[in-house]
Amino acid sequence: MKGVLVARLDNMTEKKNAAGPQDKQRVTRLVAPGEDLGDLEGHELGHGVIATDGRIRATKNGRMNVNGNTISIEPIRTAYVPRPGDLVIGYIEGCTNNIWFVDIGAPFNAILPMSLGPSKADFGGTRSVIDIGEAILCRVQEVEETHSSVVTMKGMGLRKIRSGAVENIDPHLLGRLIGKQGKALRQLKEESECRVIVGDNGRLWIDGDFNGTLEVRNRLRSLTAEAKAVTLGGVA
Amino acid sequence: MGYGDVEMIDANGIRNDGRKAGDVRPISIELGVVPVADGSCRMRWGTNDVIAAIYGPMEAHPRKIQRQDRAVLDVRYNMAPFSTSDRIRPGFNRRSREISKVTAEALESVVMLELYPRSKIRVEIEIICAEAGTRCVGLTAASVALAHAGIPMTDLVVSVASGKINDVVVCDLNKAEDNYGEADLPMGVLPNTGELVFLQMDGDLSPEEFQEAWDYNMNAAMVIHEYCVEALKTGRYPQ
Repeated sequence: MKGVLVARLDNMTEKKNAAGPQDKQRVTRLVAPGEDLGDLEGHELGHGVIATDGRIRATKNGRMNVNGNTISIEPIRTAYVPRPGDLVIGYIEGCTNNIWFVDIGAPFNAILPMSLGPSKADFGGTRSVIDIGEAILCRVQEVEETHSSVVTMKGMGLRKIRSGAVENIDPHLLGRLIGKQGKALRQLKEESECRVIVGDNGRLWIDGDFNGTLEVRNRLRSLTAEAKAVTLGGVA
Repeated sequence: MGYGDVEMIDANGIRNDGRKAGDVRPISIELGVVPVADGSCRMRWGTNDVIAAIYGPMEAHPRKIQRQDRAVLDVRYNMAPFSTSDRIRPGFNRRSREISKVTAEALESVVMLELYPRSKIRVEIEIICAEAGTRCVGLTAASVALAHAGIPMTDLVVSVASGKINDVVVCDLNKAEDNYGEADLPMGVLPNTGELVFLQMDGDLSPEEFQEAWDYNMNAAMVIHEYCVEALKTGRYPQ
């Protein structure tokens, strides 16, 4: 990426005679926590920034995006934070008589009540339906302020995962994997002849023959390596 | 000249390792050295070698340590048994407990803990090789590792120690200066705002000497902050 001209807040301000970019254009640069990103006036705060004393400051290590007048940071590394409606792949970590505890890769385990489970079971029979250690495809139904979440298996395609493999990538790389309007993912599915279901928590269910699975795995590995190379190469 | 009267700085102001009074030992930073951790940093500072690894945010266990309105920082500073010439008995001791506590308090002022209620962020600081100022290296490495892990922070914390040797105030004490010097002043600074989050003092300094040590620490912190930012942007410092 060396030699690429990157627009910065400071070199964009010359023509505008203002404290930051005003036009609807996308600029990007790498920032570290605490870095001053310009004057607050005329800007809106996006993800990963805060306003202190009339200035905008970064709170995360990542790429700064200026989209119109919204300044945000796309973090280099991030933990998955569940949001209602997210399709996720989870592992059963424990259960009580009528509740499963599901590891969805978030700071907190989600709960799956019997009423939202895949099938009806007797009170105390949770393990006969889904046992500890098994993987499930589910959807986040509710997230509380305290980050506890409830997942559901009532819905189209939501099920216990009985075949194939589950792989992980960093959640912020999902956009690159899927591509614009799902083009890259569709291509990957066609090439590998595998069923690939992408969870919003960075877990993927790959179902297909050995070679196809291997191809998807290689793609994931190269995606992670590419992302690392871009960071190490220094975009800014 | 008896024990403790070691000449550590000559008439020209050159210290026993060839540095001038305001010089900092060579620093190198490498990120991502612990692949299984959410964020990690290895910092070599002079002969000091420190690895900091971050895990979390995760559910805080046992439940009694959970805070309903914010996350808790679980900082563990530990010196490897082989990190010094005298073997250190493994496990927590009074010194490591104290350093873990002050490190946690310094980091709490920058990490946006309120975003992760009821959770815990584990900060592991392992001293592989100790020369002098390991608490400063540990704190700086931990703050870089936290940023690497994607934990939201208002600033980085950079920590440096200055002190007095043979009645001269110098920056970033080495082992001989730390052992035989007259005073030691470790400080933790937020470079973007100039705020102070950590301050300890060992020995006696006059108000003028204190000011001089303070200025050395502040200036050194600004320089080290640039190294940290460079490392965060490119994965390592120097390239």
